[in-house]
Amino acid sequence: MRMAVSSDQVKATVVGAAEFPEDVRKYRISGVPKTVVNEKVEILGAVPEEEYVRESLTPFTVTQ
Amino acid sequence: MALLSDADRQELQKTFAELKQPVKLVFFTQTLNCETCDAAKQILDEVGKISDKLTVEEHDFILEQQAAATYGISRVPAIAVVANGSDPGIRFFGAPMGYEFASLLEAIILVGGAEDADLAETSQQLIGSVKEPVDIKVFVTPT
Repeated sequence: MRMAVSSDQVKATVVGAAEFPEDVRKYRISGVPKTVVNEKVEILGAVPEEEYVRESLTPFTVTQ
Repeated sequence: MALLSDADRQELQKTFAELKQPVKLVFFTQTLNCETCDAAKQILDEVGKISDKLTVEEHDFILEQQAAATYGISRVPAIAVVANGSDPGIRFFGAPMGYEFASLLEAIILVGGAEDADLAETSQQLIGSVKEPVDIKVFVTPT
């Protein structure tokens, strides 16, 4: 969410996994929190902010 | 029975008083085939009464498909957290209970400008270099 308010390009959705079992299957959710970015990057569990931002955004940034 | 205690309400009153701009929770619900829509409606009705700076706008997901499309809502219960004329793209699917409620509060605080995103500089740089739309989904459970 902090990323979403910091960028027009970033959107954040929080999904209650228990209410949407079809997602649990689709995204193979074995634990929470689980993050899925652009259907491509997956992060399981809570990780420190900088690592979280790096893992979720790096594939979608301009190469520096 | 109220879901929020008096103490909760007082705490939220203080939190919402800090909002620098009004925040709107655009809530989508439906009457049938939605186990948690009632619970979501009850909590949002209670939250919406706490402060003038926070309003809840309710839509019927089935009858108001145009509004649902505008906010990119594909299922219910759903909440879009928006400010006056600006939509930073924060959505909640599922009733805001437990952990999800805490996240909803955080979203309100951020969208209302009561707190800055306050990300590390390296994170801000990365965000600045994002070149395509990024859709982050976070799956949570209430506990």
